Amino acid sequence: MEKEILKMKQITKIYGNGVIANKDVSLTVNRGEIHALMGENGAGKSTLMKILFGFEDKDSGEILFDGQNLDGKKPAEIIECGIGMVHQHFMLVESLRVYENVILGMEPKKGLSTDKEAAIKMVKELSEKYNLSVDPMAKVSDISVGLKQKVELIKVLARNARLLILDEPTAVLTPQETEELFEQLLLLKKNGHTIIFISHKIKEVKQICDRITVLRRGRLVGTMDAANATEEEISKFMVGRDVVLKMDKKPAAFGETLLKVENLSFENKDKKKVLNNVNFEVKRGQILGIAGVEGNGQNELAECIFGFHKGVEGKVLFEGKNLLEESIRQIRENGVSYIPEDRLSTGVATKVSIWENLVSDRIDSKLLRVKRLLSQKKIQEMSQQLIKDYTILCRNENQEVGMLSGGNMQKVVVAREFSANPDLLIANQPTRGIDVGANEFIWKRIIELRDQGKAIMLVSADLNEVLELSDSIMVMCDGEVAGYFEDSKEVSEYELGLYMLGLKKQGQEVAAE
Amino acid sequence: MSAFLQTILTPDFVFTVIRVMTPILFAALSCMVFTKGGIDSIGIEGIMLICSMTGPVFSYLTQSAIGGVIGAIVTGILLAFLFGYVTLQLKAVEILAGIALNTMASGLTIFVIYYVAGEKGSTQSLFSPVVPNIEIPVLSSIPILGDILSGHNILTYLAIILTFVLAYVFYSTPLGLRIRSVGENAQAAASVGINVMKYKYITLAIAGTLAGLGGAFMSMGYVSFFSKEMIAGRGFIGMAAEAMGMGNPFGIFLASGLFGIADSLAVRLQLLNFPTQLIQTIPYMITIIAISIYSYKRSKREKKL
Ligand SMILES: Nc1ncnc2c1ncn2[C@@H]1O[C@H](COP(=O)(O)OP(=O)(O)O)[C@@H](O)[C@H]1O
Ligand SMILES: [Mg+2]
Repeated sequence: MEKEILKMKQITKIYGNGVIANKDVSLTVNRGEIHALMGENGAGKSTLMKILFGFEDKDSGEILFDGQNLDGKKPAEIIECGIGMVHQHFMLVESLRVYENVILGMEPKKGLSTDKEAAIKMVKELSEKYNLSVDPMAKVSDISVGLKQKVELIKVLARNARLLILDEPTAVLTPQETEELFEQLLLLKKNGHTIIFISHKIKEVKQICDRITVLRRGRLVGTMDAANATEEEISKFMVGRDVVLKMDKKPAAFGETLLKVENLSFENKDKKKVLNNVNFEVKRGQILGIAGVEGNGQNELAECIFGFHKGVEGKVLFEGKNLLEESIRQIRENGVSYIPEDRLSTGVATKVSIWENLVSDRIDSKLLRVKRLLSQKKIQEMSQQLIKDYTILCRNENQEVGMLSGGNMQKVVVAREFSANPDLLIANQPTRGIDVGANEFIWKRIIELRDQGKAIMLVSADLNEVLELSDSIMVMCDGEVAGYFEDSKEVSEYELGLYMLGLKKQGQEVAAE
Repeated sequence: MSAFLQTILTPDFVFTVIRVMTPILFAALSCMVFTKGGIDSIGIEGIMLICSMTGPVFSYLTQSAIGGVIGAIVTGILLAFLFGYVTLQLKAVEILAGIALNTMASGLTIFVIYYVAGEKGSTQSLFSPVVPNIEIPVLSSIPILGDILSGHNILTYLAIILTFVLAYVFYSTPLGLRIRSVGENAQAAASVGINVMKYKYITLAIAGTLAGLGGAFMSMGYVSFFSKEMIAGRGFIGMAAEAMGMGNPFGIFLASGLFGIADSLAVRLQLLNFPTQLIQTIPYMITIIAISIYSYKRSKREKKL
């Protein structure tokens, strides 16, 4: 038998929307190892695995599994070959029982009926063998996230998978559940299974993986032995920045404190503590960049401040008022604007026109009315002015927002939020997935806002953006503030990486072994 | 009041209830299949109406009741496929496609019977064999019980049998498991190699068959000819019964029975000189109450999650 169980050669994948998710990526996995696939969000890890699993078509490249070419095979055939995948978003039917989910598509039969006893027995045996205790009769909708993951593993094992792919399995788990999962994975390895483990947590990877392959922006950075690689080296590989855009700005002149966040804590609906005792301030004339690997609480932080969530502990003081007690509308009226992370679901209504999106936050304003009735003329004038000011490329203000390119859609959001003339702007991933031109435009506008003495809280997973724009930087890791740098110039990207990946933490000795 | 009780506490009344609930049960079972497969059942009314027309027409053309029933079933399947093709493949909005189907059914049925029978109101002038009623041997000789349970239309018995068959299929066979998984989370089903489209069309075929039988019962059992708009909301009531029975075949059976009682009451009370307009609202009042209860329970359950 060959040493390598899987060879993916020169895989390239370009999505329909033009995103190059993988470019000439090669991955070789040895029999019986736990192989880590690392990279920041959007690096192309999931895409590469979906291609392997037959969920997505590749544009070029070759895949050999145990010497067999997997070209053009459907997921059903890939499963047959012995590859199993636990998707980042679970693939479970909630109203069915655990055992029903496990046997789905490969039901044991007795005559015409499903052989329920055999199915339950099989699940029990697998859960004993691999120490994955879960009640076969439980309804999936009633069990915890950790148990759901076990069900997914049993599902894969029931199909005799020799190669298991786990896409960010620890993202949704508590530390205890993570430890448990690791024991199970090591047990699987001992039983001769090969595992591809996707994660961006370096510690975890060092703990259980044999080799590491790192992707960045859809390209292969390299493969190394986990034993030899230091945590610093890995982090350098992962968060190295590709400078695509530079920004000149005047030195900052900080004014009074505008936003003061005190002891903010928040549990999400899965009862996971996503924010833990967060404290910080934003001053007038300051761009505070909030850096972190995605999923470490930055998004929730922005959402909590802007009033999206109930049951938030702590205080968000803005000009003396506690924003946690106010509605989103009141928060806006106080002079806070918000660029949401996901423009398609929260930023714009894609099915309606540009002007309707532009007036959505100010429909009650006197400026748009003549004698208490909305004036189409005034709305039109305002929309046309904003389209011009923010160089939104479109036919006219009546065009449906969904027809615009990502960059122009984002400009609609930016035009609305900036023209509300806020004192505080919360920009949550303001330039994600847009073209360089629009990107530069939005950066310039943010800096202009700062120079007018406004306060800006910039949440971004793009290290380049954080470093280019911010006057000060706060790093979040695991829902906590891992580090704060009053002057963004005093910290290097390499150092930021250590804080982002939890290798270093201020006010605490976290040694990188 | 005693006159009222005398009217309903008779074997005859219970017999009527069973007869009246038959088309509702077929409709509700069809809706159940649609729903389990993750397809909207709003088109049921139109499918049943067209089938209630094709039943007698095929019966007349083949001069056999079986020919008529098969004709209705095939029509039901084809219409369900049409609905599926438009919504699944062409991605039309389900509610709109359903309403289009229902509206088309009204006009199309009248057009066809005028062409075949030369009349716009009904197919009374055609000689079309109907599905017979049958006496169940031993059972029919038992007093009261025999009066209630024996002598129904073959299709009524079929509906009851199918309730059990469907319960078996959905909860005890791989086919049922797959349909339910495809209906609830198609991506999850696809991820274990299940061909989603295949099972969607199987769902449509089963649902279409049931709707076809329901339509055929109306014009080949309940009465012996097609008349325009003869489904008269029974498809929609079936949707309500499905919701009220919470998607469980036996729950659906009971819910259909409740609607059957409401309908039969309405007929009986008319004979007792109650205000007709008021009486005719009974089935709809029950629908509203039932759906309110159902929604209340569901929202409570969802809150718990
Ligand atoms: N179905 C899709 N259509 C278009 N673009 C996609 C799709 N899925 C992912 N992408 C894009 O491809 C890139 C890589 O995504 P992904 O493979 O999910 O990254 P990762 O798993 O490393 O976070 C991202 O820019 C993402 O936005
Ligand atoms: Mg991913």
